[in-house]
Amino acid sequence: MRRNILPGLLIVLVAVIGNRLSPNFLDFAYLRDSATLVAELGLIAVGMNFIITSGNIDLSVGSNMVLTACITAKFMVGGMPAPLALLLGVGIGTLLGWLNGVLITYFRAPSFLITVATMAMYRGAAKALLGPQSVKAPSGIVGIDTQTFAGLTIPLLILLVTASIGAFVMQKTIFGSWVVAVGSNSRTALYSGVPVARVVRTSYTLTGFICGIAAMLMLSRLGLARHDLAMGSELDIITIVVVGGTAIQGGAANVIGSLLAFILIALLRSVMGVANFTAEYQMTIIGILLIGMVLANRLPLKLILQKLRPKSQRAP
Amino acid sequence: MKTRLHILSLPILAMIAISGCGSTKTDSGSKPDASTPSASSGTKTKIAFIPKSAGNPYFARLESGFKSSADQFGVEFTSQAPTTADATSQISVIKDQAQRGEEVIVLSPNSPDALNETLDQASAKGVVIITADADLTGNESHRSIGVLSCDFSTIGPEQVELLGALIGYEGEIAILSATSDAPNQNAWIEGMKKTLTDPKYSKMKLVEVVYGNDEPQKSTTETEALITKHPNLRGIIAPTSVGLAAAAQVLSQKELAPGAKNAKNGGLVLTGLGTPNELKKAVKAGTVAKFQLWDPADIGIVASYLGTQLRAKKLEAKVGTKFEIPGKGSFEIKDKNIVIAGKLVTFTKENIDQYDF
Repeated sequence: MRRNILPGLLIVLVAVIGNRLSPNFLDFAYLRDSATLVAELGLIAVGMNFIITSGNIDLSVGSNMVLTACITAKFMVGGMPAPLALLLGVGIGTLLGWLNGVLITYFRAPSFLITVATMAMYRGAAKALLGPQSVKAPSGIVGIDTQTFAGLTIPLLILLVTASIGAFVMQKTIFGSWVVAVGSNSRTALYSGVPVARVVRTSYTLTGFICGIAAMLMLSRLGLARHDLAMGSELDIITIVVVGGTAIQGGAANVIGSLLAFILIALLRSVMGVANFTAEYQMTIIGILLIGMVLANRLPLKLILQKLRPKSQRAP
Repeated sequence: MKTRLHILSLPILAMIAISGCGSTKTDSGSKPDASTPSASSGTKTKIAFIPKSAGNPYFARLESGFKSSADQFGVEFTSQAPTTADATSQISVIKDQAQRGEEVIVLSPNSPDALNETLDQASAKGVVIITADADLTGNESHRSIGVLSCDFSTIGPEQVELLGALIGYEGEIAILSATSDAPNQNAWIEGMKKTLTDPKYSKMKLVEVVYGNDEPQKSTTETEALITKHPNLRGIIAPTSVGLAAAAQVLSQKELAPGAKNAKNGGLVLTGLGTPNELKKAVKAGTVAKFQLWDPADIGIVASYLGTQLRAKKLEAKVGTKFEIPGKGSFEIKDKNIVIAGKLVTFTKENIDQYDF
């Protein structure tokens, strides 16, 4: 919990600064809708937590989401009933994630290489399937991002639920502790009886499953699918995970931290948007945030605190 | 615990605050955004321009049209580029600008259809949506008016005439295009071929059309091949910035331009479409005598004027409506609510320094 104080505090800070910079900033509906635009990224960040904690990376998530959305839209246009197509879509996402896991564990190849390859492959397949055209989704499934329940949009609610389940699995289940063990030291984990390959495969499959859900949300939000959506989103997702306090080298997870980082980044983007920061500044500030959080997570806090405390309070 | 929070938050607070002050921009109003409540803009129309990408001189030139005419039209102008040029990156920018209280959003869309939902939501809030330079082709109903650079059907004839005048309307000519599936390029080449059937150009013979894929390397190779294959070649039209610049480089290296060391029977004349900045060197060196492009600033001026008029409901976005822009001439809303902002400008040694894009 302690690790989440910093992102939590930054959220408040950004809100205060935003309110000072622009009178148009503190508007709940606007902030909610802006966050909804990137809810898919926050969602995938939950899955990415498992992959990164297990000591791996997945650069194909954005391409997975796009290819899944393209195939599903194509099926819908072809006349498949929407509920069936949506289920199928989630299945396709899961399959693409599983394929990553299989390739990585079967060839014992670095996940970076395999997922760079599937990133190109999935997006290439989407382009081959649709060409430069867009496929419109049937109007019946469009607009989930504008529907609200208990004040929040459906994508944000799905994100909240997914992050809660993700945090529970990570902290309270044997699978979660296996993921951490594999990321800490996969050899030790293997010798202690952890099914390392299966854990890695499951992490990728799980992320694929979430990519499938995210793809359906994106399809509904945009009302169409095309091959060039969500370009570079994998890096945004990794940024969310790292800012949230999950160690990029693996072995330390923080799913709730990712949720907070998602809120922080969404809020920061909105502040910069309404205050009309130029695109160059926006990118620079997000970069500074990323580096700042990485450094903050590495600071020997206990030592600094002890030095700063008045002498009388110091431990002998 | 308190101490820890302070240590970490202060530098970050400082960073955000400093960068915030440095980059807040309100171009025509002098006050920064934080102290300008949206109501105080008075009679000025608040117009925001959203280009395709950041740091592009072409769009900077387009923006200069807004800025130069802001006082004349009573516009408070601002612009905001998306961080990436992908199909959906403008969605959040549109939302942010609507939230800022902008009354008119002028947009150069990165996608013909991915923005439909977002634009409709902004329109529902009362924001006037105008597209500029590029359009929502096939989805024109999601904006009120599209302002385009120039009448594309004039490009073919004008380019052929430009080259014809330079080579005495006689000799073998070739075209260096971008990619074989680029719709604009193909329409322009078609226009050139049609123009060449005119008796005036009967002695000009189009020997080949080659494609440089808008890559400098490929364009260079294709130009070199053209020169080798057609020793009597008198002219090349390259209606693409990348191709024109690459071909100019080849001509300069081989010294084949009129007046240069290796020029045969009058020299090889190169012309086409390109941006002044990319061709400045070639024009000054004499490798390229004349080339053309529209001036994007015209788009800014016309879009800005239309924004004020549509917002004030002084003009109706309807096909056939004619209007006059003081100092710019008369315009008409054409099919699909498209307004043509300007004409091709011919750049020469004499005028090229007036343009920076």
